[in-house]
Amino acid sequence: MWKSFHQFASPPHFYRLAGYLIPWFGVAALILILVGTYGGLVLAPADYQQGDGFRIIYVHVPSATMSLAAYTLMATAAGIGLIWRIKLAHAVAAAAAPIGASFTFLALATGSLWGKPMWGTWWAWDARLTSELILLFLFLGYMSLRAANDDTGKADRASGLLAVVGVVNVPIIHYSVEWWNSLHQGATIIKLGEPAITGDMLWPLLTMMVGFGCYFATVLMIRARSQVLQRERNSRWLKDL
Amino acid sequence: MSGPLSGFGVVLARDLRLAFRRPGEMANPLLFFILITAIFPLGLSPEPELLRAVAPGILWGAALLSSLLALDLLFGSDYEDGSLEQLVLSGHSLPVLVLAKTTAHWVVSALPLVVVAPLLASALYLPQEAWGTLMLGLLIGTPTLSLLGAMGAALTTGLGTGSALLSLLVLPLATPILIFGARGVDLAAQGMDPVGPLYLLAAILFLALSLLPLAIAAAVRISLD
Repeated sequence: MWKSFHQFASPPHFYRLAGYLIPWFGVAALILILVGTYGGLVLAPADYQQGDGFRIIYVHVPSATMSLAAYTLMATAAGIGLIWRIKLAHAVAAAAAPIGASFTFLALATGSLWGKPMWGTWWAWDARLTSELILLFLFLGYMSLRAANDDTGKADRASGLLAVVGVVNVPIIHYSVEWWNSLHQGATIIKLGEPAITGDMLWPLLTMMVGFGCYFATVLMIRARSQVLQRERNSRWLKDL
Repeated sequence: MSGPLSGFGVVLARDLRLAFRRPGEMANPLLFFILITAIFPLGLSPEPELLRAVAPGILWGAALLSSLLALDLLFGSDYEDGSLEQLVLSGHSLPVLVLAKTTAHWVVSALPLVVVAPLLASALYLPQEAWGTLMLGLLIGTPTLSLLGAMGAALTTGLGTGSALLSLLVLPLATPILIFGARGVDLAAQGMDPVGPLYLLAAILFLALSLLPLAIAAAVRISLD
């Protein structure tokens, strides 16, 4: 098992494997997102309270899920890189951060657009919104710390440590914010209860989520490959390529 | 070398002695704390009802910001003159040594805030029943802030990026402390039992005390590479 682990972690092997997988994930993402969009915008019935306005859920929820997945993946990769000193893991963590930050921003932006007609405000200090905003700052802190270090190895370890400390802190932040809000505002904002979602609405959402996941994997592999190229620019296997 | 805590007292005494030789720098976080608190009534309005309502948030926010202020000094001068490297090479347990440095930093920069907090609380018309909660909350909340700040300081030492990056790293992680601290004071001011948030602050402190010294030590080693 260890042998295959290290073989997978070798940059040339990863570079080839990712190059092989990218088209598959890319095509899957394209198909799933197209099908999900059609299902969400055309086939799904309008919500009885929110009308057609609810349809932004098909972008909002997958982005929010992906933002959390990206942070978890980034911190896991950084942890693996710190513990086993695997450079490839650091490259993956570095590649995941900007994608995660973009998903977080997209989740915040679509949430805000959704909030205006439904809650009557662009921004509410709702627990989940606030957690997502703090998550954006965690991503930005990670990226800034990485950018501030000139030396790649040092940047890897410093930002990796921050990601690991951050991931321990994320549940504490989440529950503190939830608790703060439930004490603070509660009923002041008329928030729609979460209705049990019907199958017609659910399947496009699940399709979109899997599609976003495939898209995330595609972009992650493209970015990780370019990270590998940058880091291995002096190595022999690259010249032979 | 005797025992796992060897070196703690020596480093603590050294850092405290260094700090007390420069009383001007020592007073800075305290002055900053008072100034920030004084700015809010000027910007909002001098109405007692309003100030009483926002006092917990102002006091805790000011404490959070002042805890960031002196962090450059925590490892900065030791990094420049090489004594940080001596600490790493000393053979003592590095997490214990950085915990000693952080403790000294907390005594110098945060403990005075706990002492003057009631004074500022009375200036903001916070009811007297809440003063005890405020002091106790600051007493168990600010060590966590110092530990988080020390981790940020260790990660940014030697980068020459100034304190903006440090704030970006530390403030998001410190939000739970702010929330629980301010909530406790708020509850006490309304005559309710503030013990829940205080317990949570204490729980976070113990978590931070057990894990963060390891992270700070790792960050110091990374910075020295």
